[in-house]
Amino acid sequence: MAATRAKAHANEADEPTSPVLRFGVDRPLKLDAGVLLSPFQIAYQTYGTLNAAKSNAVLVCHALSGDQHVANTNPVTGKPGWWEVLIGPGKIIDTDRFFVICTNVIGGCLGSTGPASTNPATGKVYGLDLPVITIRDMVRAQAMLIDHFGIDQLFSVIGGSMGGMQVLEWASSYPGRVFSALPIATGARHSSQNIAFHEVGRQAVMADPDWRGGKYIEAGVRPAKGLAVARMAAHITYLSETALQRKFGRNLQDREALTFGFDADFQIESYLRHQGITFVERFDANSYLYMTRAMDYFDLAADHGGKLAEAFTKTTTRFCVVSFTSDWLFPTEENRSIVHALNAAGASVSFVEIDTDRGHDAFLLDEPELFGAIRGFLRSAARAKGLAEL
Amino acid sequence: MSVNGAPRIDLQVVADFIAPGSRVLDVGCGDGELLELLQRDKAVDGRGVEISQRGVNECVARGLSVIQGDADSDLVYYPDKGFDFVILSQTLQATRNPRAVLEDLLRIGDRAIVSFPNFGHWGVRLSLLLRGRMPVTKDLPDTWYDTPNIHFCTIRDFVSLCDEVGAKVEQATALDGAGQKIGLSMPWWFWNFFGQQAVFLLKR
Repeated sequence: MAATRAKAHANEADEPTSPVLRFGVDRPLKLDAGVLLSPFQIAYQTYGTLNAAKSNAVLVCHALSGDQHVANTNPVTGKPGWWEVLIGPGKIIDTDRFFVICTNVIGGCLGSTGPASTNPATGKVYGLDLPVITIRDMVRAQAMLIDHFGIDQLFSVIGGSMGGMQVLEWASSYPGRVFSALPIATGARHSSQNIAFHEVGRQAVMADPDWRGGKYIEAGVRPAKGLAVARMAAHITYLSETALQRKFGRNLQDREALTFGFDADFQIESYLRHQGITFVERFDANSYLYMTRAMDYFDLAADHGGKLAEAFTKTTTRFCVVSFTSDWLFPTEENRSIVHALNAAGASVSFVEIDTDRGHDAFLLDEPELFGAIRGFLRSAARAKGLAEL
Repeated sequence: MSVNGAPRIDLQVVADFIAPGSRVLDVGCGDGELLELLQRDKAVDGRGVEISQRGVNECVARGLSVIQGDADSDLVYYPDKGFDFVILSQTLQATRNPRAVLEDLLRIGDRAIVSFPNFGHWGVRLSLLLRGRMPVTKDLPDTWYDTPNIHFCTIRDFVSLCDEVGAKVEQATALDGAGQKIGLSMPWWFWNFFGQQAVFLLKR
């Protein structure tokens, strides 16, 4: 069973369900690690129609465990797209009006070149032979896809968490190509505590004997236990203490009394185990290492002489930064420091803090205030860009 | 930082001071009423700062560029002369350090516009004189212990603060209880006695 799934993933990694853009040896991706990735490929999904002026494109950037299937049924899980509450015909990000693009990031495992892809130089799976990927590498690759569509300027770049990091990187690296930017529940750098949690996750993966030094696909096994533990630990950081208490409290799982054993007595244990197991079915363990590393390495201020405001000098992009009160992974203060830097750079910036107890994952949920902010921000940006109302 | 129940008859007066197409920062922009007015009538490039999250969310949903922030602590993050006009409308009296806030306004903006309720108004004076209690009026409805307005001043007080920080009063308008402008020819004491609201255009 595990081997079948590994095979299915390998297929999705090289020959995904999504459309793929392949870049030959003549068009390498320059990586921050100082090497060229070539050849490489980007898997992506699009929704809606690009207008004649190519002015209505919205790039959606996915988070650590996300993928390009933002508004369609996910081919691996069979579940709805991860932001279908927000994106679709007549929705807040209206695909009758906007041309929405979502790519699988470089280093991912659903069709863009990543550790589960076949290394053309060896004919074997990359594994850890893939250079470490950064947020800027992901964005550079996305820019090559945007070039392919002939789009000079994206109407908006939108994303939460790691997706928000890509939004910031886009606005900083390609200021003229981003008309509006919506970084949500994110940071301009990964905090020490966040790096710490990621390290716990990586160590869990690498401690699994089935990880095999990263060469598990060739061995026909998967470090399922390690990856599940990594996901369980991470998942706690996506929620809030209040929400956990409200949802699970100390409730017992399908039993009347404590068992005096180490079975999942509590509902929260059972819930986390379920989160771990379902994640393993859809995500590549090495890709998890690469994604977490990319986030850890992100420090936009450090790339600009230690001054975050320098990352946005003379920007004309309109920004809307959003945070959530109960998010302790990317707390309001992290988001506010982005706002202060944008202020100092004289940028047009809105900042909304949403009152919710749903923690970091609130950005993926049906949050009316979030939707109100996104709707208002995009509406005024569309007016400023002269995009026709529907 | 909009003040509960305070009338915003000063908004049009503020708008009259603003040159079309200016870069404007509205500190304490509330639900964005003034910014919207300025964008519509004066085609300004407008930004706002508002302390209440509800106000900010309303503004952003209206399509305004507004951030959640506190005039006392967040103005330091704005660069010098980043705006043509910085507006502090009905907010000065609710700041912890009005002098520091005023100096920041003059640093950030080429010009600052400040409007505030005048505590020297005859009604306020009369209330204190006759009742011996802190005034609670239609326009200032909060009792002393739960008012957000912790630094009331009179028009005369404000003028002397302007002197202290080296701000030049370029224009000033006082509005009486009916929202009518008080004649420019009137002396300061008259303004201070009959003006219920004051709006100042300052430059340093």
